Amino acid sequence: MSALGRVVRSGVARRRVPTLVIVLATMMAVTASVLGGALLVASDAPFDKAFARQHGSHLTAQFDADRTTATQLSATADTAGVDTSSGPFPTASVTPRINDATVAPLSVVGRTSPDGSVDRIAVTEGRWANGPGEIVLSADSGLIAPLGLEFRFPALPGSPTLKVVGVARSVSRTADGWVTPSQLAALTPDGKPTGYQMLYRFAQADSAAQVERGRAAVVAAVPDGAMAGAQSWLAIKKVSVRDTSLFVPFLVAFGVLGLVMSVLIVGNVVAGTVGTGLRRIGVLKAVGFTPGQVVRAYMSQALLPAAVGTVLGVVAGHLLAVPVLSETAEAYGTAGLGVDWWVDVAVVAGTLGVVALAACVSAWRAGRLRTVDALAVGRTPAPGRGRRAARLAGRLPLPRPVSLGLARPFARPGRTASVVAAVVFGAAAVTFATGLAASLSEVVTARDHNAADVTIGVSGPQAGPGGPGPGRQSTTADPAAVTAAIEDQPGTGRHYSTADAQATVSGVTGSTNVVAFTGDASWGGYSMVSGRWIEKAGEAVVPTPFLTATDSDVGDRVTLHVDGRPVTVRIVGEVLDTRNGGMQVFTDAATLRTAAPDLAASSRYIDVASGTSVQDYVRSLNAALEPLGAVSTSEKSQSDSDTVVILNSLTALLTLMLVAVAGLGVLNGVVLDTHERIRDLGVSKALGMTPRQTIAMVVTSVVLSGLAGGLLGVPIGVALHDAVLPAMGRSAGLNLPDSVIAVYQAPELALLAAGGVVIAVLGSLLPAGWAARTRTATALRAE
Amino acid sequence: MTTPVIELSDVSRRYDAGPPALQDASLTVRAGESVAILGPSGSGKSTMLNLIAGLDRPDSGTVTVDGVRVDKLGEAGSARYRRAKIGMVFQFFNLLDDLTVLDNVILPAQLAGMKRREAQRRAEQLLESLGIARHAGAFPGRLSGGQRQRVAVARALMNRPPLLLADEPTGALDSASGEDVAELLRELNAEGQTVVVVTHDLALAQSCTKRTVQLVDGRITADVVAEAAR
Repeated sequence: MSALGRVVRSGVARRRVPTLVIVLATMMAVTASVLGGALLVASDAPFDKAFARQHGSHLTAQFDADRTTATQLSATADTAGVDTSSGPFPTASVTPRINDATVAPLSVVGRTSPDGSVDRIAVTEGRWANGPGEIVLSADSGLIAPLGLEFRFPALPGSPTLKVVGVARSVSRTADGWVTPSQLAALTPDGKPTGYQMLYRFAQADSAAQVERGRAAVVAAVPDGAMAGAQSWLAIKKVSVRDTSLFVPFLVAFGVLGLVMSVLIVGNVVAGTVGTGLRRIGVLKAVGFTPGQVVRAYMSQALLPAAVGTVLGVVAGHLLAVPVLSETAEAYGTAGLGVDWWVDVAVVAGTLGVVALAACVSAWRAGRLRTVDALAVGRTPAPGRGRRAARLAGRLPLPRPVSLGLARPFARPGRTASVVAAVVFGAAAVTFATGLAASLSEVVTARDHNAADVTIGVSGPQAGPGGPGPGRQSTTADPAAVTAAIEDQPGTGRHYSTADAQATVSGVTGSTNVVAFTGDASWGGYSMVSGRWIEKAGEAVVPTPFLTATDSDVGDRVTLHVDGRPVTVRIVGEVLDTRNGGMQVFTDAATLRTAAPDLAASSRYIDVASGTSVQDYVRSLNAALEPLGAVSTSEKSQSDSDTVVILNSLTALLTLMLVAVAGLGVLNGVVLDTHERIRDLGVSKALGMTPRQTIAMVVTSVVLSGLAGGLLGVPIGVALHDAVLPAMGRSAGLNLPDSVIAVYQAPELALLAAGGVVIAVLGSLLPAGWAARTRTATALRAE
Repeated sequence: MTTPVIELSDVSRRYDAGPPALQDASLTVRAGESVAILGPSGSGKSTMLNLIAGLDRPDSGTVTVDGVRVDKLGEAGSARYRRAKIGMVFQFFNLLDDLTVLDNVILPAQLAGMKRREAQRRAEQLLESLGIARHAGAFPGRLSGGQRQRVAVARALMNRPPLLLADEPTGALDSASGEDVAELLRELNAEGQTVVVVTHDLALAQSCTKRTVQLVDGRITADVVAEAAR
């Protein structure tokens, strides 16, 4: 082995602590980078990728089984412009009962396999339906049903039942559930499918016109009126992109944070590790190594453990990416997101490049030092720095190990800066995550408008073993009688009711939902973005998407057409509401009195008087409502909470990851410092410093850095939150109210700043323990 | 006859697979004695000093210092033991460069929990008596080797230890400074301080101690008390 090889080998094998730190740092950095890179890539056109991976259907066509045959449909595969097709699959619309409750109708398709040339369905949970009595539910069906749940069909011949054996996701959203073709026949009253589904991929389908041309060709190939309906992939893409755009700014922010932190920490670790080997570099030069050989030796010494750390990091990154990307796929409504191979290549090349560059620069600087200086620098670290701080700290009324520790950061400003930077990133990530969670909670509160203690007839989305959600069935009770029952009920505080009507608005396609209030609803949990709440007839508040769609502003007038009758309202406020795609108008019931005189209240919201037990109130009110056919509940509805759960769990996981990387940055700084000061440590121990005092000294050496990092990181985290949140809102077409953006309170910010100290202390514990365990004689002998 | 301060009984210590650094060594040092442990490099003298100071533990045998079974102590116990019983002087001074002379000297007392004001009074007395009071506010890097070793001696005496251990105390000094430190050790012993000096320098051993213990290959080969001390 050459002299250079021996030096490298001994440098790696004998200098175990620096070697281990490089392995750990690169491992964590690569893990974070793989994850960050994968998230960034996943955030780039997730629908298009998932659509391509699943070989999605450009046109999902539904045919009437009475007007065409499976043979005729099979022949449409040869229609001009059709590239590939799948089907025909038998279909039926079924209305199952779960725990004696009827849920919304499901569109079920009979398929033997999730695979095929078009629409390769991803089974995300459980397995595919292989036999009779089994159903695979679509993750997008809107029904939350655990595996094993039983659907009953008592109205059908033979009262069939279906057990949920799997959950799957079709990017093309071709069905709510899938069963075997033979099972499907048993789900119709006459034992025959009511329709057939064909899935087409066209040679050209990038524009609506191209898809329409394809559809027309298929229509021409089947008997007249056979095609009952068709869904273009562009329509699904539009909805999906609107949903996923909410996640993009958030994931990009975390991805970028992870990448920047990784570069910073790996660079610091390698530069610091080479820096602590100055004396050895001096010795190498003294025995005849050229500066070039020194650089090559130290680059190799850094690259060898970095390569090991990189391999481990890629493995760990992939292991961690599985749950994170699975959550991301859930968020994007896609399936099977994976880490692209080029992310691995870019991360490995980037990491090793950063390691090589940092090692090269540090070793080059060391290599250019005069040999005698390198030897001297290696023995005595940076004389003169931090003495004033040490002198001042020594006068503080604190235990001496603590004051020694507090003065330590001033002796090595460069290293302290790297520790502070690591904590800044960690604190920023925690602050951002905390704010995001608080904001999402505010969004949920604002969106659900569930400030009322008691509700009557409010729709909820839940279905499952526990049956339909609270008040899922709207009341059909006499509105006046229900109002009287509420007003006569002791303990009633304030209350209002809502009635829904459909309206059209000039220049806007589709219908707009009009929510008409009777009574003061300003306390009902509606979050105003701008303007004010409605105060009288003729006024309305609307969500941002309505303003955008109608190109109007607060103060403008818009005309609604309810049952063909025009109703002009003045928009007095912008409210946060995401239901019905934000196409809603909130107004006073009196506004619609002329246009819809028969409009009846469908839901009621009650705030009980102070000091009244809500449960007792509900019991008593229900006794009065029962003869009227209505029921009240104190349970709150929480719509679409799975999106928030996904965002929150992603946030928690990614924050933990970034905090771990930040802690590693601190650990690196403390390891280097302890390593460099090992002789001083030995002296202190020889003078009677106990292990506990040693730990106190090492831990307090990062407290000020942690505090500084926390104080700097918190505003950065707040700024990031204040930039990302509105961006998330804008992506979803919403302006967010102050209650959603301004979520940080002073005591919370103080705690978050103190969190920087926690990150620093956690990062220092390992080297502190190592310092405490180091034998005094060994430390005294160390060079 | 005064009470024993150090009692080594059949002490052995071996590092890794090499020959024993110390083998069946037994030694008693009484209060007020000044003893030089003499031997060439690798003879086991630093090992013996480390065992007495509680910096290392023997493989077999017992080490008792001022009534404390040092070989039974854990890390925290050893630290407390050193604070209370041992003052150490090193060849390369081992002063903390970023602390002033005064702060270096009072460090052992502060680690033992003594109030700064009280510790400062004691340190100033020591620096005064050792002739380096005017350097109290200076940093060690500005002092000569002899002055630094005086600071180290002051630090070693800070907690009034019953035993002063000096490891090659003149090894890093020029001859004038070396003689100065030897004189200081003689004076301390004359005042009743028990002193153990580890050195390979026969002249130093003879000039500042009254008893010489010779170590060769980890064994005590001679234990000579000077005529004048009999």
